[in-house]
Amino acid sequence: MSQARREKLAAKFREFLAPENVVDQPTSLNAYECDGLSAYRQQPLLVLLPENIEQVQQVMRVCHAQRLPVVSRGAGTSLSGGALPHAEGVVLSLAKMNRILKVDPLSRLAVVEPGVRNLAISEAVESQGLYYAPDPSSQIACSIGGNVAENAGGVHCLKYGLTLHNILALKVVSAEGEIFEIDQRSLQVDGYDLLPLLVGSEGMLGIVVEVTVKLLPIPRCARVVMGVFDSVEKAGDSVAAIIAEGVIPAGIEMMDNPAIRAAEDFVHAGYPIEAEAILICELDGTEEEVLSQIEWVENVLKQGGATETRLARDEAERLLFWSGRKAAFPAVGRISPDYYCIDGTIPRKALSAVLAGVRQLSEEYDLPVANVFHAGDGNLHPLILYDGNNQGELEKTEELGSKILQLCIHHGGTITGEHGVGVEKLGEMCVQFSESEREQFHAIRECFDPLKILNPGKAIPTLARCAEFNAMHVHEGKLPFPELERF
Amino acid sequence: MSAIADVDIEAELTSQIVAVAATGGEIEIIGGGSKRFYGESFEALPVDVSGHSGVIDYDPAELVITLRGGCKLLEIEALLAEHRQMFGFEPPCYGRDATIGGMVASGLAGPRRAFAGSIRDFVLGVKILDGHGEINHFGGRVIKNVAGFDVSRLMVGSLGTLGIILEVSIRVIPIYETELTLAYEHGGADQHIRWINELGSQPLPISASAWFAGRSLLRLSGSAQGVRQAADQLGGDPADFSWSELKEQTLDFFDVEQPLTRISLPPASTDWLGDLPQLIEWGGAQRWVCGEVDIPSLRNEAGAMGGSVCAFRRHDADVPVFHPLSPAMLKLQRNLKSSFDPAGIFNPGRIYQGL
Repeated sequence: MSQARREKLAAKFREFLAPENVVDQPTSLNAYECDGLSAYRQQPLLVLLPENIEQVQQVMRVCHAQRLPVVSRGAGTSLSGGALPHAEGVVLSLAKMNRILKVDPLSRLAVVEPGVRNLAISEAVESQGLYYAPDPSSQIACSIGGNVAENAGGVHCLKYGLTLHNILALKVVSAEGEIFEIDQRSLQVDGYDLLPLLVGSEGMLGIVVEVTVKLLPIPRCARVVMGVFDSVEKAGDSVAAIIAEGVIPAGIEMMDNPAIRAAEDFVHAGYPIEAEAILICELDGTEEEVLSQIEWVENVLKQGGATETRLARDEAERLLFWSGRKAAFPAVGRISPDYYCIDGTIPRKALSAVLAGVRQLSEEYDLPVANVFHAGDGNLHPLILYDGNNQGELEKTEELGSKILQLCIHHGGTITGEHGVGVEKLGEMCVQFSESEREQFHAIRECFDPLKILNPGKAIPTLARCAEFNAMHVHEGKLPFPELERF
Repeated sequence: MSAIADVDIEAELTSQIVAVAATGGEIEIIGGGSKRFYGESFEALPVDVSGHSGVIDYDPAELVITLRGGCKLLEIEALLAEHRQMFGFEPPCYGRDATIGGMVASGLAGPRRAFAGSIRDFVLGVKILDGHGEINHFGGRVIKNVAGFDVSRLMVGSLGTLGIILEVSIRVIPIYETELTLAYEHGGADQHIRWINELGSQPLPISASAWFAGRSLLRLSGSAQGVRQAADQLGGDPADFSWSELKEQTLDFFDVEQPLTRISLPPASTDWLGDLPQLIEWGGAQRWVCGEVDIPSLRNEAGAMGGSVCAFRRHDADVPVFHPLSPAMLKLQRNLKSSFDPAGIFNPGRIYQGL
């Protein structure tokens, strides 16, 4: 792409965007060359920052007419490279569309622009006794538009659902620059239900320009109990025991020894550093209800072999217990030059087998792995510790990550629970989905975006890409895990 | 589990679809036939899918059940109840033969829907037979899964127009320890609507609401302590009310001689039906009207409020059943239909023309 073409295009966009909202200087463009998956970098042609819906439409009309790839971007916290720029395209940043447009306490909803931060919604409605439930670990920074694009989860989604379950309506600008709305405030759908298609579509089906979120009443009481275990298997079985008995915790999280050590070293949450695993279980509801249930959970943990249980005495200690878990990623970042986060999800009953498999792979590749785990919903986050400055170590890490994901598929799980496919897991998509399933994804995409200008090259691998991936991973004419049942 | 028939007719169904596709034919997918009334009528070769039955996987500790589409809904609910579990969305049967596939395809849910979620919210994965004769899996058996577009949930409410649902994985929930129904004299619909929405902003274990004939009903579900505490706070009179009769539309309100209309609105919308006899549920979001109504004018008014109107049952054949879509949205949805079923084999025109 010549600088002349870049300048010509920038001038075109400056016809309707403020000059400072068209970024075309290479030094400024650098800030957008990656998202939370920093191993992948690409400078875009331009970055555009529209301030309202009309400007988004105008941008899309120009891009559509010129067949320019468009990568939409929220806060740039994606862990899968979903917002990685396209060399020949523009980055459409929604960061300047960050107003809360309406809060309706009677209907328990808020209408917000896509650039509003996840946590800002809860902060804005707290005085009304309400909050927005999905709480990805990045909630201080991540935007609601990005949450919609990725169907973001969080530690409380076992009880309160993912982003999809907490969205009532979307206003979307299509690839052609037209507005379409999906409005389910009435809890009814006319025709096909497009909401689940749009939520989690990684910016490939449209540009979300307005989001109506569901607000929930803040629970009267929340208590946390920590269980300390000398084996991860016992901790895993205790999770199953709690849920089998009919108690749905607001959140139940597990950390293994390397993760416990890293977190304790970082935030001093009082975690037992000798433990092989800890479980952090939160219950919420009315005070009486929570008190009786937490006592019951404590007993289940003891019967499940917990060497110790600790009940957070007050709100401060509850937040302290959580602080270690919430800071687990940066904590691991402190003990290793680089780390690589995996996002596989498995049926809970496969936990022991998968963790054993991860351990074995970790030894085989000679790379340490720390595990944090949304234990209630089977979402595993192994963190591979590596040093990107060592020749070939990133490639080795990626290969180990890919092996872990294929292990998850093998055990009836999926390659991504909440981080999305992005550019990162395109190869594993070829393992999880058959050619005809991938064809269906492409066909759906073409219904929304016939010219394929929205986030091209992400989420759904092409036939050629899969041929290449399979050629690399088929050994002696056999696919890995030939007995694999893919459902 | 042994009582539930375990019969796999996937191969027969596939060859049937391939043959129909080759000859340019059209089929009507029929499970138990209990929800056949729902949607536009059309003529096509009936294909019975109710024989495709069986529990593929059910481990209560996982809170997930995977079933063949032909399983009988009542039998599955009994199986879940043995393990003190249930479907969160309280699906209506409308007859003993209702199937799981029909439940998902119709997307119809009962009183708990407004408080616990829709069928879509609980579906985790599907295996479908599409119009190309291909068998495809989407989603899976785990609660969190963002690999690929979420096609499994697109199937909910698609009324069989995108393909045959061979298997489906659904999240289930524990049966509540206690349930209690309370009644209140609320003469006007507006009084009920305001009251129930104000309650919504408090953390109360409400699992159903209804208003008709000047009376509000509220169902509380949860732990014994939670329900007792809420009941103390809310007052009202304990009532003996069958939510199942509401769900199955066998209450006296649902006059089987009269056309039945479903009006869907953002829950806190005020009452504008005035004198029409209505039953309001789902915290105000779903309003049933029994009797003759002017559908086009209701559609104008509801549409302006962000709602829609369905000519649910026993309306004249020339009244469109579903609320019309904008031309651009209809075009998009027709393209989606074609991407699954390019020759238009499945349930042609059941939702809209071309859908």
